[in-house]
Amino acid sequence: MVDTDDYGHYETAWCPGCGNHAILEAVKKALAAGRRKPHKVLFISGIGQAAKAPHYLNANVFNGLHGRSLPVATGAKLANPKLTVIVESGDGCSYGEGGNHFLAAIRRNIDVTLLVHNNQVYGLTKGQASPTSSEGFVTKAQPQGVPSAPFNPVAVAVAMSAGFVARGFSGEIDHLSELIQQGISHRGFAMIDVLQPCISFNTVNTFAWYKKRCYALSSNHDPTDWEAAMKVAYEWGDKIPIGAIYRNNRLPFEAHFPILDEGPLVWRDVNRSMLKKIMEEYG
Amino acid sequence: MRDNTLNILIGGSAGQGLVTLGQLLAKSLVRGGYSIFVTQNYLSRIRGGHNTFAVRAGIEKMIAPRERVDLLVALDSDTVTLHQRDLSSDGLIVLDDDLDIDIDSDLLLKVPFKELAQDRFSNIVALGVAGSLAGLSEDLMAGALEDFLGKKNASLAVENRLALSAAINWSAEHSKPGLKLPTTSNTSRRLMMNGNEAIALGALSAGAMFCAFYPMTPATSINLNLASHAKQMGLIVEQAEDEIAAINMAIGASFAGAPSMVATSGGGFALMVEGVSLAAMTETPLVVVVAQRPGPATGLPTRTEQADLEFVLHAGHGEFPRAVFAPGTVEECFHLTRKAFELAERYQGPIFLLTDQFLADSYRSVIPFDVENLPPLAGCTGTAGMSTYDRYAITESGISPRLLPGMTEHLVVADSDEHTEGGHITEDLTLRRKMVEKRLRKEKGIQAEVIPPVMEGDAGPDQLFVSWGSSEGAVVEAASRLRSEGKRIASLHFSQVWPLIPDQFLAYLEDARQVISVESNANGQLARLIRRETGFEIKKKVLRYDGLPITPESILRELNR
Repeated sequence: MVDTDDYGHYETAWCPGCGNHAILEAVKKALAAGRRKPHKVLFISGIGQAAKAPHYLNANVFNGLHGRSLPVATGAKLANPKLTVIVESGDGCSYGEGGNHFLAAIRRNIDVTLLVHNNQVYGLTKGQASPTSSEGFVTKAQPQGVPSAPFNPVAVAVAMSAGFVARGFSGEIDHLSELIQQGISHRGFAMIDVLQPCISFNTVNTFAWYKKRCYALSSNHDPTDWEAAMKVAYEWGDKIPIGAIYRNNRLPFEAHFPILDEGPLVWRDVNRSMLKKIMEEYG
Repeated sequence: MRDNTLNILIGGSAGQGLVTLGQLLAKSLVRGGYSIFVTQNYLSRIRGGHNTFAVRAGIEKMIAPRERVDLLVALDSDTVTLHQRDLSSDGLIVLDDDLDIDIDSDLLLKVPFKELAQDRFSNIVALGVAGSLAGLSEDLMAGALEDFLGKKNASLAVENRLALSAAINWSAEHSKPGLKLPTTSNTSRRLMMNGNEAIALGALSAGAMFCAFYPMTPATSINLNLASHAKQMGLIVEQAEDEIAAINMAIGASFAGAPSMVATSGGGFALMVEGVSLAAMTETPLVVVVAQRPGPATGLPTRTEQADLEFVLHAGHGEFPRAVFAPGTVEECFHLTRKAFELAERYQGPIFLLTDQFLADSYRSVIPFDVENLPPLAGCTGTAGMSTYDRYAITESGISPRLLPGMTEHLVVADSDEHTEGGHITEDLTLRRKMVEKRLRKEKGIQAEVIPPVMEGDAGPDQLFVSWGSSEGAVVEAASRLRSEGKRIASLHFSQVWPLIPDQFLAYLEDARQVISVESNANGQLARLIRRETGFEIKKKVLRYDGLPITPESILRELNR
């Protein structure tokens, strides 16, 4: 048996009331429900308040650079596909600094679960706009309001036919935990955008703001219907849908490498007769 | 052929099959028992322009290019215009009799290309003529051609073969003496391999299992070579979305256990630099190959330079140990790549291999490597039996036992933040000091394994050349020519440029009347580094930074200036 206690309880560096606490709890619940042993799970994160999350649970962790979690996760998953690989980082890390990697990970469909703590603001650097900040959102860095349009990660992911696309809300822990379970179980790239308040730097998109708007998609929504998913992806404003928005059965990236059937890519004896054969081709 | 070597320069525009011709000629020479040395000079374009492929061949081991040309194979008239001045007095120009060139006919061998074969086989006609002049047998050239074409298109093979025969028969009737290589009794098998191919083979032999890359000249062929053997050798090669992704993927794969490498050139490496620092902080083994080309920025994409020594040496923020190898020969490309993997694994961090376009593209004849008896390289140092596990356990050597995530019950936690022994983020400043010192202690181990520079020539010389990387052969040959004129000359060559161990070389510098640095850059970067590390100032510098490789002639020219 695995329960949430196996994932430990740690003091965090987060503000009281931060959405991160709830997301951490939802992650632990999802892992426990999936009976995943801590040593079989690898968290990869970047830099930011959200990226600290893997330090607060028992698992293998690689806490790397800002924006670069997905490439690290891709390399690790390819080297050892038996690992459950989860990337956990914020909106700046995942959609800003790491935007190109986000697109590439969707194209590859690597079997990695990307969990984005999306609070529409930069927390750790104290309150600048993030790629998902609303147009007109005022910060010290954008005193006249954000002049750019917000990035819509869900719409981009659905448009690119990502393997699994969902949106959760930190105020709905069980619902979020269920989405994370689905994402981890999905064989392919799974993106879960998690809306959460930043109590220190986002006074617009508060807990109450999200709570009032977020509604769970009904069971009538068919996540395999791409056009329906695109419609849901563009729903934003007074009503914000949460739930599994889109999924497909594309072959995961690592399935394209038959050599992985022989086990993880760890040091093993070099095939010397093959090496000699290759060398002789230069003769 | 006054030095008993034959220097053939093939010139033409991109798209004329010049490289194929050069490779076939070089392969025929190697199979014929000759030592070869190839220098490729090309423009950054797919069609047109002026490109050259030079093959120097002889019986003794060829160690450097030569500028003076014995046989100029001109696939276009530009080649004659541009290279006629390089022709030796007893040299010969082979060209299409259709080309209207007005020069001394004694120097010319006009070949009726169009009578001998269709236009698209003109490079094969040139092969037949050039090979015949060098004294190569039809069997050798036909064999190389057959192996090159493979078995896919039989009719194409027949047409090529007919073109070759026609050219060889024509040559028999129009023979020109003087260019035939002396017959060789060397029958031991040689391979024809360039620097990039040797790096790829070295990586495979070392057990490389992961490589991610973004294409960039002149490093690309290392990655392509690995990709072509990935299935056979059980590794994964992935073309990443950019160099930043490439190095981070390699770090992720390495963290999970795959011996990993990246290969790029200056601009791509610039993007990777934060990743270098990450590999160092997370203590993740990583081999980084930087094949230099002239910068800054895009520079001269297809030419050569050695101007990234200081860059590679200082790349990555913060302080951490590293080693930088600079192979001087194709053989060293193989062996030092292996060494880089070994050190990366042992010291758990980034280890560099610094080459350049000249060496990357330079085919040489090499004795086959004893791949069946190479010592195996060791993997992870940790054992599953440990009762507790801390990824960054503080040890005397600075090296912490390494376990792989998912391979034991222990949790492996790595962090780019300063971290505890267990790998978790910390701002404990006492621990910070200890961690800095732990990481830097690894430098001691790396220093103990440094490959000493090679001193060759007269003791206490009048002139001592100091060089590194790909210019090795040119410097040795220049030194030997000066010695034959009765001068006391020596050369000191570095194939590892960091760390520097003054005890290994300072006495040589002090014992020479004059020390001369020979480098492919405008500042004398190794000379500056030596001064920084030893206080010894090398005042005289022979520097080349026009994008072309250092040749023995270029060194002697500069010295006489």
